[in-house]
Amino acid sequence: MIDRLWRPSIVLTAFIFSIPILTIAAFLLQSSADVWQHLLDTVLFDYLTNSALLMFGVGLGTFSIGVTCAWLTSVCQFPGKRLFAWALLLPLAMPAYIIAYTYTGMFDFAGPFQSLIREWTGWGYGDYYFPEIRSIGGAVAMLSFVLYPYVYLLARAAFLDQSVCVLEVSRTLGCNLWGSFYRVALPLARPAIVAGMSLALMETLADYGTVSYFGLGVFTTGIFRTWFGLGDSAAAAKLAAILLLFVFTLVLVERASRRQAQYHHSTNRYQNLPEYRLTGIKGLIACVACMMPLLLGFVLPAIQLGFWAVDTYADMVDESFIELTLHSISLAAVASVLAVMLALFLVYGKRLFGTKAVNASIRVVATGYAIPGTVVAVGVIIPFAWFDNTLDAYLREHYDFSSGLILSGSLFAVMFAYMVRFLAVSIQSVEAGLGKIKHSMDDAARSLGYRPQQTFFKVHLPIMKGSVLTALLIVFVDVMKELPATLILRPFNFNTLAVRAFELASDERLADSSTAALMIVAVGLIPVILLSKSISASRAGS
Amino acid sequence: MFRRLAFFVSLLTLFSLSFNALAEEVNVYSARKENLIKPLLDKFSAETGIKTNLITAKADKLLTRMKNEGRNTPADILITTDAGRLHRAKQADLLQVIDSSSIDQSVPAHLRDVDGLWVGLSQRARVIFYVKDKVKPEQLSSYENLADPQWHRRICIRSSGNIYNQSMVASMIAAKGEAATLDWAKGLVKNLARKPKGGDRDQIKAAAAGQCDIAVANTYYYANMLANTKDASQVAAAQKMAVFWPNQNDRGAHVNVSGAGISKYSKNKDNAVRLIEFLLSPESQKWYASVNYEYPVVAGVAPNELVAGWGEFKSDLLNLSRLGELNAAAVKTMDKAGWQ
Repeated sequence: MIDRLWRPSIVLTAFIFSIPILTIAAFLLQSSADVWQHLLDTVLFDYLTNSALLMFGVGLGTFSIGVTCAWLTSVCQFPGKRLFAWALLLPLAMPAYIIAYTYTGMFDFAGPFQSLIREWTGWGYGDYYFPEIRSIGGAVAMLSFVLYPYVYLLARAAFLDQSVCVLEVSRTLGCNLWGSFYRVALPLARPAIVAGMSLALMETLADYGTVSYFGLGVFTTGIFRTWFGLGDSAAAAKLAAILLLFVFTLVLVERASRRQAQYHHSTNRYQNLPEYRLTGIKGLIACVACMMPLLLGFVLPAIQLGFWAVDTYADMVDESFIELTLHSISLAAVASVLAVMLALFLVYGKRLFGTKAVNASIRVVATGYAIPGTVVAVGVIIPFAWFDNTLDAYLREHYDFSSGLILSGSLFAVMFAYMVRFLAVSIQSVEAGLGKIKHSMDDAARSLGYRPQQTFFKVHLPIMKGSVLTALLIVFVDVMKELPATLILRPFNFNTLAVRAFELASDERLADSSTAALMIVAVGLIPVILLSKSISASRAGS
Repeated sequence: MFRRLAFFVSLLTLFSLSFNALAEEVNVYSARKENLIKPLLDKFSAETGIKTNLITAKADKLLTRMKNEGRNTPADILITTDAGRLHRAKQADLLQVIDSSSIDQSVPAHLRDVDGLWVGLSQRARVIFYVKDKVKPEQLSSYENLADPQWHRRICIRSSGNIYNQSMVASMIAAKGEAATLDWAKGLVKNLARKPKGGDRDQIKAAAAGQCDIAVANTYYYANMLANTKDASQVAAAQKMAVFWPNQNDRGAHVNVSGAGISKYSKNKDNAVRLIEFLLSPESQKWYASVNYEYPVVAGVAPNELVAGWGEFKSDLLNLSRLGELNAAAVKTMDKAGWQ
């Protein structure tokens, strides 16, 4: 009975949450020959190469920072390790556009740092080399600094979950520390690392704040320009479709290279992981390696924001500020719970009876993360308003009653957009958690007399607790930072911290925006710290 | 799980419905940022007892929202920060005639829609700033002159994705035609000291720091820098620069407006007209002029002292509707010229 209802309802749920994506895709059918030709002739090639470069750079950056730090903090012992283990997640709370603004403020040609250099040396423009912040390289750095925690988070959870047996066996078979990392731990953690990287890359593709401030021609900036500047939604949708193609290709390539490999651990015997003691110079290197991302992705920008906030907070904090904070927190809390419940529902469906239709619909939902928030928002407005207006017209005609707008311009619309955008995150995380549970465990639990529900609550949930918490907390932080969908879909007189921070920053009032930005970071910190505790505690057997 | 889900959904719906309570009110969709409009709305509410409801977002997205909400849109007034978007709203048939003789009398014709569908609320000029030590004002003359080879790698301007640049180029197309504007844009691109990046203030800062000799920016950004009481470096940078009013011997400096129109399906039309009249009252116009250093649109209201110190200038009298009509052509021209 349940599976007869469950299967179609998964497809239906997935369909509902892909409506915005399909709505945008429908623009493809409109003709836009001349604008498309114009784009082909002038800017499309730049968009392609810039986006590809950006993704390549951020991929490399997040992989190297995330995996290195995750490995060091999970199996090595060095000075400061306990601190780094959780503190390395802090940049997650920092919105990418905020870090872009602060770094530009500090290190731009006209900023205090370079001005100081010029003052000391008497050099002028062109007399010395200084890396340009507002460039592709700068964008890669900014995005890597704040996105590596996704890789770190999932990779570390995977390393911590590894059975010590495989590592020890690898050592007895002649691997040194590096060898057992490279040949055993890394391949075993691959699904987790890939999941983390795909989150980081999708976020990169969807980023608008950073790239537009840096004046880079990439797909997101191109979509907005074509849509609003050239007024051609069809050509903009074509750009968005290419963007999605990027994502699908990425996912497919990864899947193909994995082939049929499955990543289960062969034993459930856990004991504390070995702790390789790094002393002297090695310990120092490990310490510095973990310190840099923390410093660059969090401490430095937070200090700059702090300085600005000291100057301006008196004008910026009023009673409405508290209201903003409460709005942000409650939106984020509700959204994260919803996203996790939906993800559990979908992912379980897939595990229990993964037909092709079910798998495909979940894949579609999970691409929402790569779509820029504004595009998602427009994809929500169109069907919602259509529904409202159709209902209204019907009621007017038959019952002489106007229902007005029910869904549009409500918090429901905002929440729906969050789901479209962030379900991918919770699905990824819950899937990773469920992946740890071998099918044979289900079989064992069932054959020992548990009903499916009991299997879920007594076997699965305890094992998955870490992943579920991870999903909750990442969505929470993401919603705290979310900007464009909130901005356009919110009801009257409803404001959030991110909206406040962005309005001021985009008006080139960086210092004034710092208080709201710091508050986002501060509120985001709480879940990030909880998160790191839960991961450390989630290790099976300890 | 389902029951809980249903509970959440119904809770949210209720929550959102409660926002639409009936009262004497006026609903504002504003592309002007909250801090640059809310104080006036609050004052209006205090004086008239009419409640004002506000959402702010980028104009294009507000337009998309209004378009799709159709006849059920709650919006009574749309406020944008440029005339091009108001024109776009007009073309999408989202506005109605603002029926007020006092508005027609107080605002000059070129700052209003030809059919009376929208009206400017404040003026902003996009002009040339030069480094006082390096450039003599005699060397400057017009926007056209910025393409002159003498400025090779000496100009800072932001990216072509920015609406103020798009409008400026549109005004050039209106005056000189598309082909001449393309040549001009190509020349300008050759004269850029760096790839376009950052906002208007960043151009002025870069010039003050020595990266270029000329910056193009809106006047109120410059004034906000000069008047910054918290950041001495912004004041110092601004003081190295001076304002140059371009094209004073022909069409005048390029101006744009932040403006407002009344939604076609407004349910509080009378209140909407009252609010726009209020925004055009001398007190409100003075507020605009002092809080963000924009130029008033109503004759007889003086600009802020700081701004008045730069002298009077002749502004381009092109009807601002044209900026909207020519926007797409402007974007294409900039793409072709390689203006990033």
